[in-house]
Amino acid sequence: MSEEQITVAQTPDISLQYEGRVVKDTRVGYSGFIVGAEHLLEIVKSLRDELGFDYLSSVTGVDYLPEGKMEVVYHLYRSIGGPALVLKVQVPRDEAVVPSLYHLFKSSDWQEREAWDLLGIRFEGHPDLRRILTWEGFAGHPLRKDWKEPYFEEETKPFKSRWPEGITGRIEDKNPYNDNVQYPHGFDPETWVPQAEEALYTSAKKIGRDEELHTDTIVVNLGPQHPSTHGVFRMVAALDGEQVVFLKPVVGYLHRNHEKIGERNTYLQNMPFTDRLDYVSSMSNNFAYALAVEKLMGIKPPERAEYIRVMMAELTRWMNHIFSFGFLWNDLGSYFTPMIYALEERELVLDIFEAVSGSRMMCNYFRFGGVARDLPEGVLDKVKELVFERMPRRLDDIDKMLTTNEIVRNRCIGCGVLTAEQAINNGASGPNLRASGVPYDIRRADPYSIYDRLNFDVVVHYHGDVYDRYLTRLDEARQANRILQQVVRDIPEGPIMTGKPAYQVRVPAGEAYGRVEGPKGELGFYIVSNGKPNPWRYHVRAPSFINLTSLEDMCRGGKIADVVLNLGAVDIVLGEVDR
Amino acid sequence: MSDDSLLSSSYEIPPEMQGTVSITSLDKVYAWSRKNSMWPMMFGLACCAIEMIVLAASRFDIARFGMEVMRPSPRQSDFLIVSGTVTKKMVPQIVRLYNQMPEPKYVVAMGACASGGGPFKEGYSVVSGIDKFIPVDVYIPGCPPTPQALLNGLIALTKKVDKERIKTSEWYAKEPEAAVPVPVLGPDLMDPRKYALIYEQTHRPIEPETPVETEQKEG
Amino acid sequence: MTGKGFLRMLFGVFKRFVMTYVEDFRKGKKRYYTKEGIESRRKADVQGIFTIQYPEEKLPVPEEFRFLPFLVYDEGPNGEKDLRCTSCGICAKVCPPQCISIVRTNDPVTGKPIPQPKEFYIDVDICMNCGLCAEYCPFDAIKMDHDYEIASYSRQNNIYDIERLAKPVSYYASIRPTNNAAEELARQEKEALKAAAKKPAAAESAG
Repeated sequence: MSEEQITVAQTPDISLQYEGRVVKDTRVGYSGFIVGAEHLLEIVKSLRDELGFDYLSSVTGVDYLPEGKMEVVYHLYRSIGGPALVLKVQVPRDEAVVPSLYHLFKSSDWQEREAWDLLGIRFEGHPDLRRILTWEGFAGHPLRKDWKEPYFEEETKPFKSRWPEGITGRIEDKNPYNDNVQYPHGFDPETWVPQAEEALYTSAKKIGRDEELHTDTIVVNLGPQHPSTHGVFRMVAALDGEQVVFLKPVVGYLHRNHEKIGERNTYLQNMPFTDRLDYVSSMSNNFAYALAVEKLMGIKPPERAEYIRVMMAELTRWMNHIFSFGFLWNDLGSYFTPMIYALEERELVLDIFEAVSGSRMMCNYFRFGGVARDLPEGVLDKVKELVFERMPRRLDDIDKMLTTNEIVRNRCIGCGVLTAEQAINNGASGPNLRASGVPYDIRRADPYSIYDRLNFDVVVHYHGDVYDRYLTRLDEARQANRILQQVVRDIPEGPIMTGKPAYQVRVPAGEAYGRVEGPKGELGFYIVSNGKPNPWRYHVRAPSFINLTSLEDMCRGGKIADVVLNLGAVDIVLGEVDR
Repeated sequence: MSDDSLLSSSYEIPPEMQGTVSITSLDKVYAWSRKNSMWPMMFGLACCAIEMIVLAASRFDIARFGMEVMRPSPRQSDFLIVSGTVTKKMVPQIVRLYNQMPEPKYVVAMGACASGGGPFKEGYSVVSGIDKFIPVDVYIPGCPPTPQALLNGLIALTKKVDKERIKTSEWYAKEPEAAVPVPVLGPDLMDPRKYALIYEQTHRPIEPETPVETEQKEG
Repeated sequence: MTGKGFLRMLFGVFKRFVMTYVEDFRKGKKRYYTKEGIESRRKADVQGIFTIQYPEEKLPVPEEFRFLPFLVYDEGPNGEKDLRCTSCGICAKVCPPQCISIVRTNDPVTGKPIPQPKEFYIDVDICMNCGLCAEYCPFDAIKMDHDYEIASYSRQNNIYDIERLAKPVSYYASIRPTNNAAEELARQEKEALKAAAKKPAAAESAG
């Protein structure tokens, strides 16, 4: 609890400065300030320009159905570090209209679109307020609490139909369509005109048309099935010759309703679901979610558990960066060789994860107040072997093979440049931000767990191009290795859980935002609890999703061949982008 | 594993194929050569796709089964591994890809999601299994199946291919197989084969609410 | 010099290729198809590439490995199956995708529940292999299996029933020896404690 007070004390009390326009959020368990929708723009502008809150990390909505209110929550940070300033705007549910921050912070672009799509909050002034995760024409806003999906059983889990009178058979057999679908009453499928593609293509065609010379642009569609889009990602680009003049990513092809399911699950049940967000680095996802819930519960894991957690998180980071090189050079054209090398190293880390948690990818290892089980015998020796011998050697190998390679240098240097101002404004995080010269690392800027005790450097490079992003990741992998060496040296004996393991945790009412420096960037979980066994709101601030906001800036003006390279250097995982 | 009923075909054997002695002796060579050069499509959907990529890497190495040639184009591939959650937004593309694949073609549903919706089944934008739209040959449970479990599934697929005979194979039939109709994204996903049913359901008179309430009270 | 970096990369690849076979020449056939052979090839200090020759040899899975859940039964002296499950429903409650459904047995006469499941279904097309059911089962009755070779040509039978799920405790002990030993020990201690608690009470009542 005392920590909570310190963080509140560190954020300036802006309710005095903007008296009359801003009031403190006085609900129990909540923090931050409530702003009237009409004052939002001027206050955010003033916060950005005068108080230095120049990094808008997260924008999301909360549907307070009983109060009939819709709340938009903004998390603002200083790019020099420090705790968050939380702003909230409350609007009536039926008429949810909030001014858009698009022109102040471009990072709000996709997040506002998401809030519109899923919650039906209209952002006035947003230039392109289309649906993002579902498709244009979708009926309703699914995250609203009164919206029910086809397979709706009950508001919250556990469902009563499972025990003691268990259901038999599959749920789809009870739906008249035999599948997970429903249609509004009076709907006629024959007269339906699909609208999803139309808006996108017409806006692409308009750009770059030269009326005098009668030149036209060509619209090219990449994905969602494309070998270099890292999954089901799609881009629509308008080309002038070979140059990209317009590029719009289209996401949502892997939208798995993570948040809707998360609000129905109990707190513990969400843990295995977080594995499936960024499925390359599941341990980091576990970490962020555990932190958020622990913040709400006011507990801290014991010392050994903290060390194990950091060990797992850093192994994940190392593995993820190695993996991203493989993908990047695959996109560059060196077909599969670096990829296979990267996967070979990854397997060794996965062996450890499998021995510790039971599964290679979907670890489900963290629990609130600790970890699921202690390290089995022999695992620590394996980690030591890996950390002190294999990892440094392999990193040197990669460095030797790729960093000075002429093809790599020619393709990557100067490609996809993102300046520091752009990176901050676009809400880029992780290696993407640090490659642009902003030394912002949450492990240092807003330390969590035991990172304040560990020695490591915040890696920063200054050109903001693909090559620097690669170098940032390479150096960060080295730093991860350095942290791991300290962790395996110092790991203490002791318990691994605070309290008894329980499948139903009691979480007091309130809100919490837990964030970690994941391998891809700032991974945050915003959780609102109303004291019941299930979270009222469960939002994921996914780094890949927000990093993609910068993709257009990186690609515009470049060649079409570099688009794939830029995408590879952003390092996305679609499970996290679409959730 | 021995499910012979799946392999029988209702198609008639064309007259020019009937009674040719050489076919039966060629059968073995034919099946052997086909099962040892199955080319998968390079097509990943979700988490399972990572395990599929791992399968192509050195530790598990599907090159040992003649499957290492992952083709990004459906025109050159023999089978499709549906590796991950199938969302409603993605179904039209998957069906289109399936239609573009040349016969003979196979589909492997990898993981719980592709087989039957998986853990995300209850959500609003996930379909309950790809077999609602395209025919699936092999189902591999697991979330995600480990690379070895996937290999086990692929071996099951080669076994199935091994059992196929020229005489009974569907793709030498005279009639070309009809393409699977591509679903449309409406207020929800619409399968063209179900338009009549959708119309019928959406134009039913709304049932009065009171009896439902009493039912709930009784329950 | 231009091209030097490129050549360095090619050299690196070539070296990796050669190193893969050096050990093979040195140790010969011993490296393949045995457990020790697999262990020696998958170590962290191995140079070159390691490939598991599935299905002839299988990568040994660690004890904690989890795939699908199964129900443990104790074997009675006459070969009868005594399921440990008491149909308390904790696994069904904790299951994140809610793939477990249990029908509790009720006494036909009194209508009171009997600690024994009548039906127990797991839909493996929904199960996410998270292992929470096994972790929170208070009776050690549901455990995670190691068997991953369950690909099939149809998913009609993918809702596993009690017949398919039940496996003997000897099987459990064979796949998870350490866990089983620890659980047995805990159970014995518990029983000893119970007995110890009973004794003084009995002594008191006698006295």
